[in-house]
Amino acid sequence: MHPSVDTIWSWLGEVPDPEIPVISLTDLGIIRDVAWDKDTLVVTVTPTYSGCPATSVINFEIEKVLLDKGVEQIRLERRLSPPWTTDWISTVGREKLKAYGIAPPIDGTAADGRAAGLASRLTGQGNLVIECPRCGSIDTQKVSQFGSTPCKAAYRCRSCLEPFDYFKCI
Amino acid sequence: MEAAADQVDRTAYATWLMRMGDNTLILGHRLSEWCGHSPVLEEDIAMANTALDLIGQTQLWLGLAGEVEGAGRTADNLAYLRDASKFRNVLMVERPNGDFGQTLMRQFLFDAWHHAMLTELLTSTEERVREIAAKALKEVSYHLERSADLVIRLGDGSEESHARMQAALDDQWAYTGELSTPDEIDTATAAAGIAPDLAKVGTVWRQTVEEVLRAATLSVPDSTFAHQGGKSGRHTEHLGYILADMQFLQRAYPGAVW
Repeated sequence: MHPSVDTIWSWLGEVPDPEIPVISLTDLGIIRDVAWDKDTLVVTVTPTYSGCPATSVINFEIEKVLLDKGVEQIRLERRLSPPWTTDWISTVGREKLKAYGIAPPIDGTAADGRAAGLASRLTGQGNLVIECPRCGSIDTQKVSQFGSTPCKAAYRCRSCLEPFDYFKCI
Repeated sequence: MEAAADQVDRTAYATWLMRMGDNTLILGHRLSEWCGHSPVLEEDIAMANTALDLIGQTQLWLGLAGEVEGAGRTADNLAYLRDASKFRNVLMVERPNGDFGQTLMRQFLFDAWHHAMLTELLTSTEERVREIAAKALKEVSYHLERSADLVIRLGDGSEESHARMQAALDDQWAYTGELSTPDEIDTATAAAGIAPDLAKVGTVWRQTVEEVLRAATLSVPDSTFAHQGGKSGRHTEHLGYILADMQFLQRAYPGAVW
């Protein structure tokens, strides 16, 4: 008999994200579906960013854990729609991110290309209050919209003077 | 393919998709040339991230182009094995980077168009076009906010930065018209509801550009002259050098993978 879909989900819940290993693929919300098609296990994955270089590693990691568990017929499918959103990062995932030193996303603050009002653009300030994941201060400043990976922005804390990543909304 | 695709010439639809993918591919390649050379580390990273998004979007557009074309070509085949005259990107994206100000100005002018175009594509009659547009738009929104922000800061900055940004704008201006000037491919795909009316995209583009340039204290050039040709395969001499760089490995070692 096949392992149940719930069992498969729990296995995938132990696969770390290759770039942010403290959270799992299921915490990240990129596994969209797990289903059996006769004897083939179909895992549907959605990319975070179109060009995310971790995508192929993620697919490899999924295949690896399933093969290790004895599932031999696997088909990975890519689903683009609806596009991945940081809203899908689990509550547990957010806590893990924060403990790791990455400020979790603030839902509903994704850029729409027009959101940055003229005033905020002129002063070069973002309009978000991001709490420093290290010291908890809200006296923080955006350094760059783009950080160490496509999904993060670079910030610095003016209280503890440490730089940190903010997992920006998309 | 869905009904809308059947109403339009397959070749026109595939060509239109190649235009989308070639724009992002060539601009992504140009941006990645800055990697390790930007004036500050944060901008170096931002430029590389933007390039990565654009190249990711290229895989989606060219992948679909290959399917629609139906000749068995993949996104990689289209990127690595076509010659310059088969590329359908606008001339703007293949021009050399120039200084940081020129690169940024081009990026802003392109981002403003890209954002307007993708927004319109959310209501395309083709489901897969809508899906790619929805994905890409999230990324391009960040591109546009960054490039608009920097154009304002540098335009309304020092005497030196203002002069360079105005010179960059004057230099790029004649290459912006091609983005929103429809030809028979645009007209055919718009009639089928796959692509939007380019004139409408151009109007939205113009509003964004004027708003940002005003805040940047830069003057919109008067000229309406537009260089044309890239969309139909007549390119500047610069594209060949990009392809020589980008395609060398596949040409020298056909089928190489890693």
